[in-house]
Amino acid sequence: MSAIVLLVLGLGAMAAGYFLYSRFIAEKIYRLDPDYKTPAHEFEDGVDYVPTNRFVLWGHHFTSVAGAAPIVGPAIAVIWGWLPAFLWVVLGTIFFAGVHDSGAIWASVRNKAKSVGALTGDVVGKRARSIFMIVIFLVLLMVNAVFAVVIAGLMMNFSSAVVPVWGAILVALIIGQLIYRRLLSLPMVSIIGVISLYALIGIGPSVPIQMPAEVAGLSGNAVWILILFGYAAIASLLPVWVLLQPRDYINGLQLFIGLIVLYGAILLMNPTLVAPAFNDNVPPGTPSLLPLLFVTIACGAISGFHGLVSSGTTSKQLNKETDARFVGYFGAIGEGMLALAAILAATAGFATFADWQAMYTAFGQGGVNAFVEGGAFIIHNGIGLPEATAATLLTVMAALFAGTTMDTGLRLQRYIFQEWGEIYNQQWMKKSAPATLLAVGSCLLLAFGAGGADGSGGLIIWPLFGTTNQLLAGLTLLVITVMLVRLKRPMVYTLVPLCFLLVMTIAALLIQLRSFFEQGNYFLLVLDIVVLIAAILVAMECASALKRSRAEALESRE
Amino acid sequence: MSEDRDPRDPRLERIRAWLGQARFFAEEVYSARYRGAIARSRRDEDDLFMLLVFSEMMGLSNPVAYYTLELQPLLLERFHDWHRRMGMEHSPLDHFKCC
Repeated sequence: MSAIVLLVLGLGAMAAGYFLYSRFIAEKIYRLDPDYKTPAHEFEDGVDYVPTNRFVLWGHHFTSVAGAAPIVGPAIAVIWGWLPAFLWVVLGTIFFAGVHDSGAIWASVRNKAKSVGALTGDVVGKRARSIFMIVIFLVLLMVNAVFAVVIAGLMMNFSSAVVPVWGAILVALIIGQLIYRRLLSLPMVSIIGVISLYALIGIGPSVPIQMPAEVAGLSGNAVWILILFGYAAIASLLPVWVLLQPRDYINGLQLFIGLIVLYGAILLMNPTLVAPAFNDNVPPGTPSLLPLLFVTIACGAISGFHGLVSSGTTSKQLNKETDARFVGYFGAIGEGMLALAAILAATAGFATFADWQAMYTAFGQGGVNAFVEGGAFIIHNGIGLPEATAATLLTVMAALFAGTTMDTGLRLQRYIFQEWGEIYNQQWMKKSAPATLLAVGSCLLLAFGAGGADGSGGLIIWPLFGTTNQLLAGLTLLVITVMLVRLKRPMVYTLVPLCFLLVMTIAALLIQLRSFFEQGNYFLLVLDIVVLIAAILVAMECASALKRSRAEALESRE
Repeated sequence: MSEDRDPRDPRLERIRAWLGQARFFAEEVYSARYRGAIARSRRDEDDLFMLLVFSEMMGLSNPVAYYTLELQPLLLERFHDWHRRMGMEHSPLDHFKCC
C-alpha cells in the first residue's frame, strides 16, 4: 500500500475530527462560551495569568506536549503491523486525546485555572488527590529513566549525531545570552540559531564520536546514561532563561521544520508500506496486541501528561473560552500527526520486508532507531539529502526532545521531593541540590534496575510508562466526567474513553506482571504491583465518585 | 536613489507592519511559556532585597542601613504586597502601618 494513501486517510480523518467532532464536543458537551471571563482576564497579573493570542498559545501547548514519546511509542507498536497502530493513533486522537486535552483546559478554566491535581482534590476527593500525586511521581520517574535510555541508545547507534546534539546545547546557551542581554533582536537570533543547528547537523556525519564499548568497567551505553543524568541534573538547577527557554524555542522551530521535511519527503517519494497491515509472524516473546497496543502508544493517542500542561499553564493564558477547542483539540491533532509520521517512517522507510523484519527482531526493538533509519531512507529518496545527514537530522530531533523532557521532568521531580521535605519537615530535603540528587538517584535506580548493569534493556519499562501515563489521563477524564454529571450533561463522551483506558491498563498490568514474574525480573515486578494498586484505586475512585455525583444530580432534580 | 522611495510607501508600510507582527509573534513564542517562572524568580530576589532594606525596622542590624534608608520611600509601594507574601497578614512594623 502507498504511504501517501495512509497519510491522506489519517490526516483527512483527523481534519474531520477537528471540524465535526470537536465542534460537537465544544458546543454541545462543554458548551464553551465566548463571553465567559477566563482566569487570564479575571486574575490578569502579567506573570502567570496573561491573555494570549490563540495561535501563540497553541504553539506553546503543542511544543510542550510533543516530545519523543509520540515517536518512540508508535515506532515500537508497529511490530504488530501498521494497521493497529494507525487505527489507534487516528481514532485515539479524534475520540480520546482531543476530548481529553480540550476538556482539561475547560475544566481548569471553569475552576479558576487550577491544575488537574488540585481539581482532583476539589471535584473528586482528597483520597483521589493523593493517588494523583503518586501517579505523577511514577510518570516522571519512568519518563526520565526511559528517555535517558532512548538517548543513550541513539548516541551509541548514530555516532554522527553526538556533535550536533551536544552542540545544540551550546547554541541554546549562546542564544539565551544574546536575547537576555538584548544584543540582537529575536528574529535575527532565531535565524542564527536555526542556521547553526543545521550547520552542526551537516558536519555531524564527518565528525562521528563513538563511545568505546567499555569505559572503566562500564558499557558505553551505561556511560552515556550517567553523562545524560549529569547533564540533566545541572540543567534542571540552572535558571530557566539560561538553557531551558532558548532550548525549547530552538526545539520548537526544529520540530516544525522536521515535520515539514518528513511529510514533504513522503509526498515526493511516495514510499510503499513494506510492513504488513497485521503482522502474523511476530517475534517470539511479543505480548498480545490486546491490551498492550493501548499502553505502548500513549502519547499520540491519549496521554495524561497533556492534562498537566493543559491545566497547569495553558488554562491560565486562555484568552477566550472558545479557544480551548483550537488550542486543546488541535494540539492533540498536532501530536497525532507526529505519531503518524513515526508510523509511516517505521513501516515505509525500508527497502524490503526482510529489512523491516531485521529491525523488529524482538518486542521493544526497532523503536526510535526504526524511526530514524526509516525516516532517513524516505528523506534521502524523497528530497535527495544524503542518508547520513538525514539520519543525523532525525536523531537530533528525537534526542533534543527527549533531552528537554528530561530537563523539565527532573525539575518537576525535584519540586516533588522539596514538597515532601516541606510536608515531613526534613530541612535537608527542601534544598535544591539534595532534592535533585534524590531525583537523579531514583531515576538511575530505575534505568539500571530495569535493564541490568549496561542499562540497555531499559526500554522494557516503556509499556509500564504508557500504563502510568494512561492512568493519569484516566484521572483527568474522571474530573471532567464528574463535572459533566453535576452539570447534568451527557457523560458518555468522556466515560467511554475512561472505562476503555482503565480496562486496558489493568489488563496490560496483569499480563506484564506475569511476564516479569516468568523472567524473574523482581524489580519491575514490584514496580508493576505499585502501578497496579494505583490503577485499582483509580478505578474504585471512579466508581464511587460517579455514583455519588449521580445521586447528587438526581436528588437536585427531584 | 533613496529620494524616489517615499518612506510612507504603502507597500513598504505593509511589509514593515508584517515584520513587526512576525517579531511580536516570535517574542511571544519565546517568552510566554517562561514568563511566570522568570517573574517569580525575579520576585524572590526582590523579596530578599526588601528584607535587607527593611531589616533595621524589624530589629535585625544592618551594616549598610545608612544607604538602604534612602531606598525605603522608593520601595514603599511594594511593601504591602511584600509583607503579605511573607505570610504576615498585617504590617509587621509598629510605627508604620499600611493596612
